[in-house]
Amino acid sequence: MKLHRREVVAELLRDRGDLLVVAGLGSTAWDITAAGDSPLSFPMWGAMGQAAMIGLGLALAQPRRRVLVVTGDGEMLMGLGSLATIGVQQPANLAVVVIDNERYGETGMQRTHTAWGIDLAAVASGCKFKHAITATADVGAVRELVYRTPGPSFAAVKVLDEKLPLVLPPPDGVLLKARFRRALLGDSADVLPEER
Amino acid sequence: MQPDWPAEVHRELVAAGVRVVGYVPDAGHKRLIELCQADKNMRAVPLTTEEEGIGLAAGAWLGGEKTVLLMQSSGVGNLVNVLGMVKVCRFPLVMIITMRGEQGEFNPWQVPMGQTTARVLETMGVAVRQAGEAQTVAAHVHTALRLAFEAQGAEAVLVAQRVIGIKSFQEQANQ
Repeated sequence: MKLHRREVVAELLRDRGDLLVVAGLGSTAWDITAAGDSPLSFPMWGAMGQAAMIGLGLALAQPRRRVLVVTGDGEMLMGLGSLATIGVQQPANLAVVVIDNERYGETGMQRTHTAWGIDLAAVASGCKFKHAITATADVGAVRELVYRTPGPSFAAVKVLDEKLPLVLPPPDGVLLKARFRRALLGDSADVLPEER
Repeated sequence: MQPDWPAEVHRELVAAGVRVVGYVPDAGHKRLIELCQADKNMRAVPLTTEEEGIGLAAGAWLGGEKTVLLMQSSGVGNLVNVLGMVKVCRFPLVMIITMRGEQGEFNPWQVPMGQTTARVLETMGVAVRQAGEAQTVAAHVHTALRLAFEAQGAEAVLVAQRVIGIKSFQEQANQ
């Protein structure tokens, strides 16, 4: 494992265009913020296990936009059932990328199940993701899955278990929700449904 | 004659423009699930656990679509932590929950969660509407839809077990 998580996430979000991004709580939320905060990013501060499901809801609501969920191995392990749920829906515009340092980074670097060889890409493959890969050296193939290949796609990217400076997104959930909807939906995000 | 509450509720969902319906099956929701599955303007999403529905609804709302969740009372116990996100982000949320552990219950393991469903929801900031009769379910759902999507409310409609009317394992199996 030689990849650095901040470099991986920065590379995935480089020239992101109109990509919609959901990040799981903890390190991946800090990673996407370090790469450059955007109103079209939804960094989570809680609801562990739900990042992939938020990505699914977004992908179903916005079938013409590409949706990327970037989350940690611990967060993904808490929501493994969501991979089965995504597999049933087969959203072609959804990619789930797990930044896998095999550790619970926010709580003392305890080993996660992936440190014992539990294979998340194999789980995703068994859940009928169209593509499911593990990347250890470079992320060119992962970028292809995020931006071009019809999904649903899954990638586990093995990274070093570094402890990095925090780069925090806004913590106010109402702000994160409202700015995302405004940036995506325009002024109609702020009016009552019957006025749209 | 008993009103056809699942059909009435489905009409309310259509009128409100609900496009995503997440569900963990319950015998009491069988007909409403079938109506939503048959509706070409709705995406029926089977969930492995109820908390997935909270993520689904939040994501769909970020993308501009309305979601309703269907579950039974035992599943409310699976929601507690993720309801924190609903509260802190003020995500609109509508859940239609069929009750177990009430009048006519045959399974004692359903009783503890059934007896605490309303309190658990209220503790986490979800408004609870009790539909004790088939005639009142659709009206409660109508109110819940308005308050959720026009006032960013978190709403649950509890459909009483006497409305569902399941009495035994055998009857449930034969549904």
